[in-house]
Amino acid sequence: MEQAIYQELSVGSGPGIEDLFNEINKEFKGRPDELIPMLQRVQRALGFLPEQALLEIARLTRLSAARVFGTATFYAQFRFQPAGKYIIRVCRGTACHVKGSDRILDTIEDYLQVAPGQMTPDGLFTIETVACFGSCALAPIMVINDSVYGSLNRSRALKLLDEIRVREEGLFK
Amino acid sequence: MDFTLIKERAEKNWKALENLRQPLIQVGMGTCGKAAGADEIYAAAKQTLKQMNLLGRILKVGCIGTCYLEPIMAVRNPGGPFIYYGNLTAKRTEEILLSYLRDGDPKPEWAVCFTGEGPVDGIPRFEDLPMIKPQVRIALRNCGIIDPENIEHYIARGGYNGLMRALQMNSGEVIQEIKDSGLRGRGGAGFPTGMKWEFASKAPGQTKYIICNADEGDPGAFMDRSLLEGDPHSVLEGMLIGAYAIGCNEGYIYIRAEYPLAIKRLETALVQMKENGFLGRSILGSQFGFQIHIKEGAGAFVCGEETALMASIAGGRGMPRSRPPFPANKGLWGNPTNINNVETLANVSAILTQGAKWFAGFGTEKSKGTKTFALAGKVERTGLIEVPMGIRLKEIIHDIGGGVAKGKKVKAVQTGGPSGGCIPTDLFDLTVDYESLAGAGSIMGSGGMVVMDEDTCMVDIPRYFLSFTAEESCGKCMPCRLGTRQMLDILNEICEGKGTVEDLEILKDVSETVQKGSLCGLGQTVPNPVQTTLRYFRSEYEAHILGKRCEAGVCKPLFHYEIDPETCNGCGVCSKKCSVGAVTGEKKKPHSIEPDRCTKCGVCYEDCKFHAIHIC
Repeated sequence: MEQAIYQELSVGSGPGIEDLFNEINKEFKGRPDELIPMLQRVQRALGFLPEQALLEIARLTRLSAARVFGTATFYAQFRFQPAGKYIIRVCRGTACHVKGSDRILDTIEDYLQVAPGQMTPDGLFTIETVACFGSCALAPIMVINDSVYGSLNRSRALKLLDEIRVREEGLFK
Repeated sequence: MDFTLIKERAEKNWKALENLRQPLIQVGMGTCGKAAGADEIYAAAKQTLKQMNLLGRILKVGCIGTCYLEPIMAVRNPGGPFIYYGNLTAKRTEEILLSYLRDGDPKPEWAVCFTGEGPVDGIPRFEDLPMIKPQVRIALRNCGIIDPENIEHYIARGGYNGLMRALQMNSGEVIQEIKDSGLRGRGGAGFPTGMKWEFASKAPGQTKYIICNADEGDPGAFMDRSLLEGDPHSVLEGMLIGAYAIGCNEGYIYIRAEYPLAIKRLETALVQMKENGFLGRSILGSQFGFQIHIKEGAGAFVCGEETALMASIAGGRGMPRSRPPFPANKGLWGNPTNINNVETLANVSAILTQGAKWFAGFGTEKSKGTKTFALAGKVERTGLIEVPMGIRLKEIIHDIGGGVAKGKKVKAVQTGGPSGGCIPTDLFDLTVDYESLAGAGSIMGSGGMVVMDEDTCMVDIPRYFLSFTAEESCGKCMPCRLGTRQMLDILNEICEGKGTVEDLEILKDVSETVQKGSLCGLGQTVPNPVQTTLRYFRSEYEAHILGKRCEAGVCKPLFHYEIDPETCNGCGVCSKKCSVGAVTGEKKKPHSIEPDRCTKCGVCYEDCKFHAIHIC
């Protein structure tokens, strides 16, 4: 385990992470109660929380690495693997469940051939589930990055994913 | 900054809006509206005005509550009423605006209702709509009517009058006003708010905190989100009044990260409050100073629990602790802290404006005022409603909600989220108040109300809730950590056809242990969905265990689909839609389903227009 951490560090923080932490140093004072906002800041910038970032936050806040890891792993929002370009969040709230969101999730999993928490091999999509988005009157709901889609059915859900695929493939042509 | 001057200016600008000599369009831009496509409607409206070379104003408003009609647009020709249109497309939006604003025909056949000067031929009044008529909108008084990003709209409609009145009273008098109103916490537990404030006010200590709990984690609930998106100042004013009453100068709003639009609206509102002197060292020239910080949650249902919430604000894992000491005595960083729900605070501002007696005039003897509900699930008219306490469940489900959609039979209504229970149809005469719902085995909860029909399996529902709570359990105490897992395992087995009658006894036993032994409200209420379904829907459990059958067609190992040869006309839709080739048949001849290939995805059952496919 320790070896892995040293390896991570020596592989290099890279200019991206260094710049990010320069900014974080300016934005935050390093108080313990800033821990969660700092984690959120890093994830917003990088899309996930790499191990180096967590160790760097531990250094800035003078909290133990165990404390930082312990807090980060407690909350469902934080990801520890890179995510796809499009994060598909299927709502699994009560109203969405009653209106068949489990079936929509099954359909999407079948179509993309990945399970919730995983990324497609082309790096385009990651599927996640959310306990409830709070748009229950328009159940079932799916959110792709910042866009919310309501009153879904299976074919509409797949159509949305198809449109993204076509658009992305078009960018490479 | 003089409040009188601010108010005068706000009222003047609001009046100018009311008397606008140009068309005024309002588009519902809450998260619900956006989920339904409101952004396209807004763009289409803008484009059409440009096309007509017409100067007009388009306002973004919050949720008016008729969510099933989203996206919604209201159009007013100068001097006329606001006419509302729903379920819009960009094309329909263009057609309406061209027809009404250019040709003078408001297209009543497409309209939903109107507000303002009437009557209007062929269009009912908003207040007379069956969904709206029984409602009393106190917390939601401004939602869907004002631009939530304009503090002047809030002020023009009476906003911050409550705060002004409170600042003229002493803190004891403010607390008494809330006590007299009978307001009980709207987060679910229903603790008397005035009493709660009094504890914090009397607690020894120089530094005190007030926290607004905007974590709204209950799946199925979105009342607080709509309030914060549609009228953030009603909540912020309530928070200021509470802070004044308790004697604190710093507050936190803990809001879940899944509500980005609400967070943005709050941030805008705070900036406008500062600009107008409602935040800072000396609020509107008084001795009272206050500042508010926003803290985002990070996806943990348990953080809706007071002590877990405070642990999260302090930067740690959201794990509850035992009480006493209660937050009112020892809360955030050991200081006296008062935590209130979003809706509670929206009521506080209304109470200080209109008076305790006015508020106590609504509701029942022990449950005063109104309650918002997020009416969702299988009902025709889903949306955000606010009703006086004491209304009957059947009135909400049938009169307001329009009953169950698609001609199906209603089976139950679920209130209180994962902490609540499922109430069967023969109890729909129950009045909605704290005691009556608790008596039926459920709870009022924060306001989630999910309607279920014959296609909902009442063994799958507690299993669904247990999979949620087992995941969200913080893990600190053994009864909750292990008990939820065990209950979930048992329910999974029952839904897979591996259950035994003894399992029901074990389920009951473990339920009681988890209820009595858990440290916090999450664990203590986990058994409610199981206990109510065992109480009211035992026959479904028995069918799963003894008959190995799921009547509702949900638990895949316990049912299969069959095509009725008498009803099937061989249209072939089902075989076309089947993604695994399990449906075969010749054109115009009855089709059949091969049980070994069928994955029970349900597409054929849902799409057959002739109801020829049955659950067997």
